[in-house]
Amino acid sequence: MDREVNSSALVASIRKERRGASSSSFVLDVSLEAASGITILFGASGAGKSTLLDCLGGLVHPDAGKIVVGENVLFDSAANIQLLPQKRCIAYVFQSLALFPHLTVEENIEYGLAAIPEQDRRARVAEILEAFRVDKLRNQKPGEISGGERQRTALARSLVTAPRVLLLDEPLTGLDAELKAAIVEDLRAWNAARRIPILYVTHSREEVDALGERVIVIDNGRVVSHGVPMDVLDAPRRKRLAQTAGFENLLIATVLDLREPDGVMRIRLGESTCEIEVPLAHARVGDRVEVAIRAGDILLATERPRGLSARNILEGRIVSLERRGAMMKAQVDCGVMFIVHITPGAVRALELSAAKQVWLVLKTHSCHLVE
Amino acid sequence: MNSLWLSFELAGCVAAILLVIGMPVAYWLAYSSWRGKFLLESIVALPLVLPPTVLGFYALVAMGPRGPLGKLWATFFGHGLAFTFSGLVLASVVYSFPFAVQPLMVSFEAVDRKLLDASAVLGAGRWRTFRRIILPLSLPGVVTALVLSFAHTLGEFGVVLMVGGNLAGVTRTVSIDIYDRVQSLEYGEANHLALILLAIAFAVLCLVYAVNRRVWTPWTAK
Repeated sequence: MDREVNSSALVASIRKERRGASSSSFVLDVSLEAASGITILFGASGAGKSTLLDCLGGLVHPDAGKIVVGENVLFDSAANIQLLPQKRCIAYVFQSLALFPHLTVEENIEYGLAAIPEQDRRARVAEILEAFRVDKLRNQKPGEISGGERQRTALARSLVTAPRVLLLDEPLTGLDAELKAAIVEDLRAWNAARRIPILYVTHSREEVDALGERVIVIDNGRVVSHGVPMDVLDAPRRKRLAQTAGFENLLIATVLDLREPDGVMRIRLGESTCEIEVPLAHARVGDRVEVAIRAGDILLATERPRGLSARNILEGRIVSLERRGAMMKAQVDCGVMFIVHITPGAVRALELSAAKQVWLVLKTHSCHLVE
Repeated sequence: MNSLWLSFELAGCVAAILLVIGMPVAYWLAYSSWRGKFLLESIVALPLVLPPTVLGFYALVAMGPRGPLGKLWATFFGHGLAFTFSGLVLASVVYSFPFAVQPLMVSFEAVDRKLLDASAVLGAGRWRTFRRIILPLSLPGVVTALVLSFAHTLGEFGVVLMVGGNLAGVTRTVSIDIYDRVQSLEYGEANHLALILLAIAFAVLCLVYAVNRRVWTPWTAK
């Protein structure tokens, strides 16, 4: 991690124990640093991301630790400092957005500006309404506007208070990719001049790719890695990570033989007769291994392909086709079930439909072994 | 008809007082995380199960010239509490307490906690959060509390009889009036008053249920 800390960076170390209903208790124990710009907090649900945000926002008291923004100490268990959420200058957009249902869009946005003189307040509200393109909705209530508009309103309501840090807890779930990208663009534009740290919680790999300059991966209450998304997420080190990191295909396989000179090994998938070649790993013949393959890394052909460098060609049948945002998701039965992402254009050009016979093409190095 | 107006006056006073003291109690019950909370909840609910005569008896003892409340009242106002309108208001406040507190508590509890968190993060203190968020979203509960405590006080009998006695124009409320008239075989008069009470009770319940079905509230969509 680079040591050059921005003057307004968020630096936090937090320990928080949570006793659940079951005997096992959950411990959140993390240290992190977020400079200005978007930092993604990535991890499966239940990894402790929301608890971490609650601690930063002051809604939950950590058992121990320290939270600092720039020069301001928000929390320090050693010095017995604990600022109320009202005093932290931290904006927090919840997953549920928590818009006030009885207030209009404009009243929602004004809510955090009670201490500001009338004229100043009007100007700021007008500016943010425009920046997030909700000025036409100012007199409507949250129940009367669309999901994307609600998300824009929630962002505007938080940001109009000129916070020093912005916490976003999966604020864009349920939106299609295009809408998501448009909102993120507006958020980036807003932050270009202000340069505050934005912590963006998500469990969606797509969002990490779309947003990410920096990512912090949390699993079971700990930071397991941090850095640039490509470095952090491309070789899944843990199964849990793989499941959440956008590897739609997670298959159990048996090692058939090792070809050390070629750096590969052959494995058989599940109980099927499918055999594929994957990168060599520390395994012996007969071992059970798990292999993770991204749905977007699989090629699909309507005839048996020839003259390809890819080593793995599997024959199968399409079981179902459904639309997922800008993509089509195909389920293909090759003895084991594969999920494949293709474009709607390809579906039309290849005249794909359920029950159609297809061939899947997998590059050896698109098959990641899970330890 | 005198007794009817007296009852309205009493019920109005009681409902207004209960709204003021019921809100902080309901707020505390809804949001406190104290483990002994059930104790206060039980005390608040006590008048629901206690026979009115028991409540009335203790109220009378407390308000009597040698009772603690009676003595205290006498030092401030120069006269006792028992068999006065003020005494009646006081006893009725206790008697109708759960009818105000419980609807308020239930509606405060029903407000999404995330809204309160959002309000705090946006810089609002407890009072502002209560005034701008909790109270408007609990409006059906507030109406229910007002209406139920009003209606419940209007119809009380046992407590009034114990504490207030039966002084025309001072403590003779409509339900006691009805009883009196039946005793003296004035069935027509009794029927008159009884019908009015029946109509009021029905109207009041219609109002409560309509408000709680949120027939005209615009914020049903989350």
